[in-house]
Amino acid sequence: MTTHYLVLSALLFSIGAVGVLVRRNAIVVFMCVELMLNACNLAFVTFARQHGNLDGQIIAFFVMVVAAAEVVVGLAIIVTIFRTRRSASVDDANLLKY
Amino acid sequence: MEPAEIFPHSGGVIGVSWLMIALPLLGAAILLLGGRRTDRWGHFLGVAMSLASFVVGVLTFVELLGLGEEQRRRVVELFEFIPGMVNMGLLVDPLSISFVLLITGVGSLIHIYSIGYMSHDPGRRRFFAYLNLFVAAMLLLVLADNYVGMFIGWEGVGLASYLLIGFWQHKPSAATAAQKAFIVNRVGDFGLLVAMFLIWTTFGSFAYGPVLGAAGDANVPATAIGLLLLLGACGKSAQLPLQSWLLDAMEGPTPVSALIHAATMVTAGVYLIVRSGAFFQAAPTAQLVVTIVGVATLLAGAIIGTAKDDIKKALAGSTMSQIGYMVLAAGLGPIGYAFAIAHLITHGFFKASMFLGAGSVMHAMNDEVDMRKYGGLASVMKVTWATFGLGYLAIIGFPLLSGYWTKDGIIEAAMEHSPILGWLAVIGAGLTGFYMSRVFFMTFHGKRRWAEDAHPHESPAVMTWPLILLSIGSVFGGAFLIVGNRFMTFLSPAVGAPEEPLGFHPFSVPGITTLVLVAIGAGYAWTKYGRSEVPAVAPRGSFLTTFARRDLYGDALNESLFMRPGQWLTRLAVFFDNRGVDGLVNGLAAGIGGSSGRLRRIQTGFARSYALSMLFGAAVVAGALLLVGNL
Amino acid sequence: MPWLSILIAVPVLGAVAVALLPKGSDKAAKQLALGVSLVVLVLTLVMAVQFAPGNGRWAFQETYDWIPSFGVHYAVAVDGIALVLIALSAVLVPIVILASWHDADGTGADNPPKRSVKTYFSLLLVLEAMMIGVFAATDIFLFYVFFEAMLIPMYFMIGSYGGAQRSYAAVKFLLYSLFGGLLMLVAVIALYSIAGKSTFLFPELIGAIQDPTTQKWLFAGFFIAFAIKAPLWPFHTWLPDAAAQAPAGAAVLLVGVLDKVGTYGMLRFCLELFPDASKFFIPLVVVLSVIGIVYGAIVAIGQTDMKRLIAYTSISHFGFIALGVFAMTANSAAGATLYMVNHGFSTGALFLIAGFLIYRRGSSYIADYGGVRNVAPLLAGTFLIAGLSGLSLPGLSSFVSEFMVLVGTFSSPVENFGFEIPAIIGATGVVLAAIYILWMYKRVATGPTAESVSGMKDLNGREKLVIVPLIALIIGLGFYPKPLLDVINPAVGTTLANVSVPAFAPAHPVADQKGAGQ
Repeated sequence: MTTHYLVLSALLFSIGAVGVLVRRNAIVVFMCVELMLNACNLAFVTFARQHGNLDGQIIAFFVMVVAAAEVVVGLAIIVTIFRTRRSASVDDANLLKY
Repeated sequence: MEPAEIFPHSGGVIGVSWLMIALPLLGAAILLLGGRRTDRWGHFLGVAMSLASFVVGVLTFVELLGLGEEQRRRVVELFEFIPGMVNMGLLVDPLSISFVLLITGVGSLIHIYSIGYMSHDPGRRRFFAYLNLFVAAMLLLVLADNYVGMFIGWEGVGLASYLLIGFWQHKPSAATAAQKAFIVNRVGDFGLLVAMFLIWTTFGSFAYGPVLGAAGDANVPATAIGLLLLLGACGKSAQLPLQSWLLDAMEGPTPVSALIHAATMVTAGVYLIVRSGAFFQAAPTAQLVVTIVGVATLLAGAIIGTAKDDIKKALAGSTMSQIGYMVLAAGLGPIGYAFAIAHLITHGFFKASMFLGAGSVMHAMNDEVDMRKYGGLASVMKVTWATFGLGYLAIIGFPLLSGYWTKDGIIEAAMEHSPILGWLAVIGAGLTGFYMSRVFFMTFHGKRRWAEDAHPHESPAVMTWPLILLSIGSVFGGAFLIVGNRFMTFLSPAVGAPEEPLGFHPFSVPGITTLVLVAIGAGYAWTKYGRSEVPAVAPRGSFLTTFARRDLYGDALNESLFMRPGQWLTRLAVFFDNRGVDGLVNGLAAGIGGSSGRLRRIQTGFARSYALSMLFGAAVVAGALLLVGNL
Repeated sequence: MPWLSILIAVPVLGAVAVALLPKGSDKAAKQLALGVSLVVLVLTLVMAVQFAPGNGRWAFQETYDWIPSFGVHYAVAVDGIALVLIALSAVLVPIVILASWHDADGTGADNPPKRSVKTYFSLLLVLEAMMIGVFAATDIFLFYVFFEAMLIPMYFMIGSYGGAQRSYAAVKFLLYSLFGGLLMLVAVIALYSIAGKSTFLFPELIGAIQDPTTQKWLFAGFFIAFAIKAPLWPFHTWLPDAAAQAPAGAAVLLVGVLDKVGTYGMLRFCLELFPDASKFFIPLVVVLSVIGIVYGAIVAIGQTDMKRLIAYTSISHFGFIALGVFAMTANSAAGATLYMVNHGFSTGALFLIAGFLIYRRGSSYIADYGGVRNVAPLLAGTFLIAGLSGLSLPGLSSFVSEFMVLVGTFSSPVENFGFEIPAIIGATGVVLAAIYILWMYKRVATGPTAESVSGMKDLNGREKLVIVPLIALIIGLGFYPKPLLDVINPAVGTTLANVSVPAFAPAHPVADQKGAGQ
């Protein structure tokens, strides 16, 4: 009964993952990450329903809080990088290496 | 006759015999801690402490004489030094009291002499502090009732000797000589230490009484203990093969040479052998080695003495040689003990008188030590000439003077034991006659070969009086001790006595031969150095002369056998430590550092490749979980 | 009274107070630190006076639960061995503080630029607390915590206040010690779980491990940590670097106290927790110790740097201590314990006086000196006394301990292992010691005055105050070591009883002769 939800969740997660891997624009990568997080949320809620308890739903709330915080910090970083490097490509921001 | 039993003692002068050690120690402490404030009266304090010690020594001696002959070994307990191991106490017996009187008596005279000798030295206070320290340590050496206490004194005199040889340490030669003396002595101390290990392991005690009482029992490694003790004695008493430091030690001020390197400290080895006689009597091999070492050294020292132009070094060679006689006698067992100690005491007198006489000459000659620049001093330094002359006659064994009695006794005892040893000792006596005459004639007779600015003069009374007193000892000491076996009887409770004491045979073959040889030696010296011209520069001489001048190549031998390989080993060890051990550690660190340097290249900085590897990792984990199954 | 907790707490509070002083109050920081350390010293002495040996094994015991679920306790107590080592720390710290008065000021010729003075003295006090804690701990986990925590203040003292190569030396010191410490942590945890007693309390763990193989593995874990700390050959190369780069005061505490934790740990933990393994490893440890004695001495002879030379002499001395511990006779182990104390004083004095010389001349190379005796007789004289103590001259304190170690080792009856040879080889150390000390003294202090030292000042009042107590202790304990030995002997006896080794019995015992000692 909940299989469809799980399949949807897996699909959304895969789209997000592929997006993170193939897209260069930081904003898009960022949205793909959000997509993955929400795919997970869907899975959590589904499992909560399946097992008949609230654990999964609580976790989903945690994820949302973290996601919100991440948006704030992440977007700020992206904007700062864009300001200094005139580019929103993740490949251009490669100073943190070795 | 076996040594007498040891009795505990308290009260009386013997009960406070520790004062003998404490007083000079206190003097040294005051002088060292007091600093310049004590400069003005420091030397008087030093003399006073030494004299006070002598007075206590004499009183102790008198009290000891008041006891019955078999009662004359008293132990005064002081304190527990190492709980369960060593109780510190003093053993007052005829042997130790003989040394005490020699050390404090001759020591005090040398203290007094030093007031004059060191009067112009800015470090006089320090000098007296060290002398006091020496007297205290030497007294501890002879008075301690156990091997550990003796060892503390043993090292204490070594320290004093180190400080005094290096007294003029601003001269590199003095500093080097001091260091050499200490290190060579430490080689001997190593033997002494190991001997003490063996003593503890065997007996579970260090105290003379019980240990020496059981030394002759079965299963005691007496030979090993004896040989190790001998090694210690060789270091301190400059016997072969550890003789090389003594000649260099003449770098110290002359009173030091007289007190430490002639009269007292260097005889500590003889004390050790006589005190530990029980071990040697139980080990004939060790005894044999002792006598061989003694004879070899007495000849070596005499040969060295014949070739030295430095008056102090010639006397030092003679000291080596005379101690060789004592060691030889000490190796003969009870029959020789009394002669060894008697010769030690008379030698203390005549050698100190000659060293101080040499000091007086140097004092007069602007510290010149080369005898080729002396000559004809008899006329300007009458007292020094007379006292030195008496000492000289005593040492060559002029009939009825001190050396005659004691040395002749040693030769006869050796003859009794083994004719080879005896005749070698006779040859040594002949050599003594030559080299001492050489010193005496080169210094006091013949033409004046002085440097131009030399204005020799007799030394002040504070220096000549000790000389006079010492020469009295050199004249009468021997007869007083030997005639009627007086000293042997006195000493026997402490060291035992032979079954039948040696008779005195003045007209025996060895006795006559000795006198003839001495006369020939002295006569030859007179023709060569007294009557004829002495060249200002030493002639080249045969290879034998060179051999003697270079101290029988002792230093060269040490250098090529120990010093150079040692330096090489040190350098190798340092290299190995830096490159080998530390190199391994640093290499390990560098290896880890290097591999991480290579590994970090994986961090490219491209976020998407990180994401890919994460995905890959997640896939691996998921795959693994699926494989394990039952998810 | 919870004496030990007070002793640990006072320096910690003092350290906090020193650190919180306002900026620019350097002098106040020094005075406060000195005051605190003196308070600790007085407290220690008061405690030591109340200590009665033979009154049960542990004194001043305190035990509180710390992490109950793992059986970890805050448990402190002392026996004679720990007491003398705590006393050693308490005596050395005020001396070191006084000696380091200007070490952090950046005024010395060889010193790094000025650093925070109050941090330095605060670190010294923290270190003191750790040192007291490590000797007092009777819970093995607590011991481990102190064992590692000690590294932190020392790391900063070397790394921030040391000589030119300070960061290399500090990192080497830290990594080396940490490596050993982690091996020990593994062994500690294994000991806890294998013993199955749900406690880390040392007294309860004695005899808990019976299986010989397990004992050997756990012994190895502990022993390597201690061998690095001590340090034994071949784990020693961090010490010369650390000691040479550390400021003189820190070097004193490093070599004088911190390293003693290694030998203390061998005696306390290795022997009692793993008696069979200890006996099994005797040949190995004895060989390492003897190599250390001779090798350390030979390498010391070849050094050109005073502080490195002194560090190598210490490696030689630690060989003696380890030898004494593993010879397992009452005399050798008591001698080793006494050696730990005496070595702290004599090497401490040597390091401090070398520090005074270096502070004046600005170089630690021996070749840069010459004839110091002519211009600064007191400085040279104290240098000589400290050196003579380093070569174990009889009459100075180190002789008693070295003698006890060697005699005890020579006579050790343990396990039919030939202890005579190691003792004899160890005794050659007396010759080598004379060479390295006297040769250094000769090059530094005697001969004609070198130009570079011609203006050298003699000891000032503060420096005299530093040296006098050390020399007094060296000479005093040299002639009368009984007070310390009376405290040490029963504790060592208990330790050896737990290892169950045969006692020394002379081959040919002599009857007590009345009055003749013994």
